[in-house]
Amino acid sequence: MGDYLSQTWELAREYDVLGAFWVNIQLTFWAAILSLVLGTALALMRISPVPSLRWAGTAYVNVFRNTPLTIIMTFMVLGLWGQLQVTLAPDFAGNFFRLAVIGLAVYHAAFVCESIRSGVNTVPIGQAEAARAIGLPFLPAARLIILPQAFRGAIAPLGNTLIALLKNSTVAAAASVTTETSSLMKTMIEFNSNYIYGIFLTFAIGYVILVIPIGLLTTSLSTRLAVRR
Amino acid sequence: MSTQQSVLFDAPGPRARRVIMIGNVVGGIVVLGVAALVLLALGRKGQLDADLWTSLFTADAWQYYFIPGLQNTLRAAGFAIVGALVFGLVFGTGRLSQLRAVRVVSGIVVEFFRAVPVLLMMIFFYLLLGFNKVDDAPFLAVVFALVLYNGSVIAELVRSGVGNLPKGQGEAGLAIGLTPSQTLRSIQLPQALIAMLPALVSQLVVVLKDSALGQIITYNELLRAAQLFGVGNGNILQSLVLAAVIFIVINWLLTLVARWLSRFLSGRTAGATTTGPGIGNPTVVAGGPAEDAPAEAAAR
Amino acid sequence: MRTRHAGAAVLAALTALTLAACGGGEVGDDSTTTDPEQTAGGGGGESIKIGIKFDQPGLGYQDGSTYTGFDVDVATYVAGELGYSEDQIEWVEAPSAQRETMLQTGQVDMIFATYSITDTRKETVAFAGPYFVAGQDLLVAESNTDITGPESLEGKNLCSVTGSTSAQRIKDEYAAGVQLLERPGYAECVTALTAGQVDAVTTDDIILAGLAAQPANQGKVKVVGAPFSTERYGVGLPQDNDICEDVNAAIEKMIEDGSWEEFVTKNTEGTGYTPNASENPPTVDPCA
Repeated sequence: MGDYLSQTWELAREYDVLGAFWVNIQLTFWAAILSLVLGTALALMRISPVPSLRWAGTAYVNVFRNTPLTIIMTFMVLGLWGQLQVTLAPDFAGNFFRLAVIGLAVYHAAFVCESIRSGVNTVPIGQAEAARAIGLPFLPAARLIILPQAFRGAIAPLGNTLIALLKNSTVAAAASVTTETSSLMKTMIEFNSNYIYGIFLTFAIGYVILVIPIGLLTTSLSTRLAVRR
Repeated sequence: MSTQQSVLFDAPGPRARRVIMIGNVVGGIVVLGVAALVLLALGRKGQLDADLWTSLFTADAWQYYFIPGLQNTLRAAGFAIVGALVFGLVFGTGRLSQLRAVRVVSGIVVEFFRAVPVLLMMIFFYLLLGFNKVDDAPFLAVVFALVLYNGSVIAELVRSGVGNLPKGQGEAGLAIGLTPSQTLRSIQLPQALIAMLPALVSQLVVVLKDSALGQIITYNELLRAAQLFGVGNGNILQSLVLAAVIFIVINWLLTLVARWLSRFLSGRTAGATTTGPGIGNPTVVAGGPAEDAPAEAAAR
Repeated sequence: MRTRHAGAAVLAALTALTLAACGGGEVGDDSTTTDPEQTAGGGGGESIKIGIKFDQPGLGYQDGSTYTGFDVDVATYVAGELGYSEDQIEWVEAPSAQRETMLQTGQVDMIFATYSITDTRKETVAFAGPYFVAGQDLLVAESNTDITGPESLEGKNLCSVTGSTSAQRIKDEYAAGVQLLERPGYAECVTALTAGQVDAVTTDDIILAGLAAQPANQGKVKVVGAPFSTERYGVGLPQDNDICEDVNAAIEKMIEDGSWEEFVTKNTEGTGYTPNASENPPTVDPCA
């Protein structure tokens, strides 16, 4: 048993498992920022007074929420880069990394949008009525009154989306990012099939270690920041 | 939606209507412009040639590629959602058990499988079953991975479904002399299950989407079938577009079913299938948790 | 009581949905089914599972319900010599990246999938053959004149499939400054090539010839025609097999009775490709 553990540990160092996790963390970080911006814009569109914007926001969410991420990632490489010639970095590794970030962001933006919308739902009607009563138009009302409270109410679902994003970053393999965890785990098991359990557990526990703090943090934040009513 | 009134903004007056109209037109022009640019770029690359698209609608394409692929996708998703339901009921009630040990073990199992990426589990099961010479390893690997992840999500739905019931329900059961586990089984669970049905249907959307990961481990589902079809006809992009459309339509219909279920069932359980009035646009309120709760889980 | 009925009804509906979906489907035809009856027998069973490529026209290619190509013809012949008729063969897709795993895991009994015999691979699987010798070459756009061989790829973009060694070889031995794109299949590489995002696609000449001959690609791409390696295609077998000698005997017989020649001609017709005559037809290696 101890031998098995130390062998697995040796393997993990030899194959640079930490490096692979670092790739996934970077993918997650950039995609989280992008999807938060995009998702907030979409949520604003969906609650805005302009019908065409509402329609566009709804269409976006319905399309991207219902498409498998694998297909989106493949389109990033074959469509966005392959056909539309959108090149994001001079070198291939950087280029596909950024394409994967965009793929992850456009997919998760749909979920961020829905999270924020559910946060908007936690804001009482009186708040919006008060904003209107003092003469605020839609955008200032949203910026000053609605969104600050909505974000607080949306922390729990946003945290869940972040966790999903971290786990989904493994699908970057479909966008030709070859250095991330799922690709590395497959290679490691293929060449060291005796250690299949140890290798899987190494990666699985790695994700548990990353996911649980995010869960705890968002839970504590959402109770601490919740608007007392 | 456009006819319903939101509390977020006033009913637009003549000037606002003009501004909105201009906004609509400008927005429309921008969208059309981007679409035109994309289509032009694709056209220059010859991706819009008619035969690349028409070959998708031949009998061969459907008989040998898309329909069998879709069948495989549905087959994996069907087994997975039923397995996940069983897994979720076992471990969800496990987390509500009177016995501390059962609660702790169930909690660890659920939290573990919720944290591990589905793709990692699929690859692991694919290789593990394969090394042990199990037949049909790709199919089983897809199903196992989906059951473990979605099962643990459903376990949480069960737990929160019971937790969200009014306290009086459990107290009433105890008051008429039922044991705590009898109360759970015959009073709380049935109501919690009804309340979570919409969320369960939404979870099916997640299962369907994730089954597409099976193409990475050679399971011949819809996405893989689309890729294979694209090879022979030089239209891999077009073929993938068709696969994506099929996924979107099925999942969108399931979302509608979930929303309808949530409205339909709201009168049949003491659990909450709708939220109180919010200030977002009116459909959100009507949708209730079918929109909100799954939205959190549905990202995977 | 009403709640219970509604619950039961929806559960029943879910179950029905699952049962309806149970039928399953097979992409291509039903031959890839792992029907328990067919696969139960290990040695001397009813059928044999052969791994081929499904996406390489001219070698191993799924065309609706049938399979065509040189690898398919050779596999059918060898299986015939081993006592399996054509309808006892189950064709299974063996993508490049999965070939070792599929043999190790018993998903297939043999692999005929442009599978080069290498020492690294011999560590995990066994080989019979070779039954063909190809060479690594480059596929470029029809109008391209500046790429004449692997050396001219310096600073260029190159596409190859995941799990194949051919791209890595160019990077290691010829042009360190080449940028690599890895996709799951060659068709995706050709799509990127015709769109101008990569300058060349690399793999064995016979595979490239098959791709170039596809109606959708004709007039858009060409094979450079300067092979720079020797790829000896072997029959992939599990390491603990007992059929290596029989497979070798079958390959020798196929070359002797003219079937090999016939398969090559039939599958390369119209591609302008001729196999390297100094290496072909090959003599088989003794089994390890």
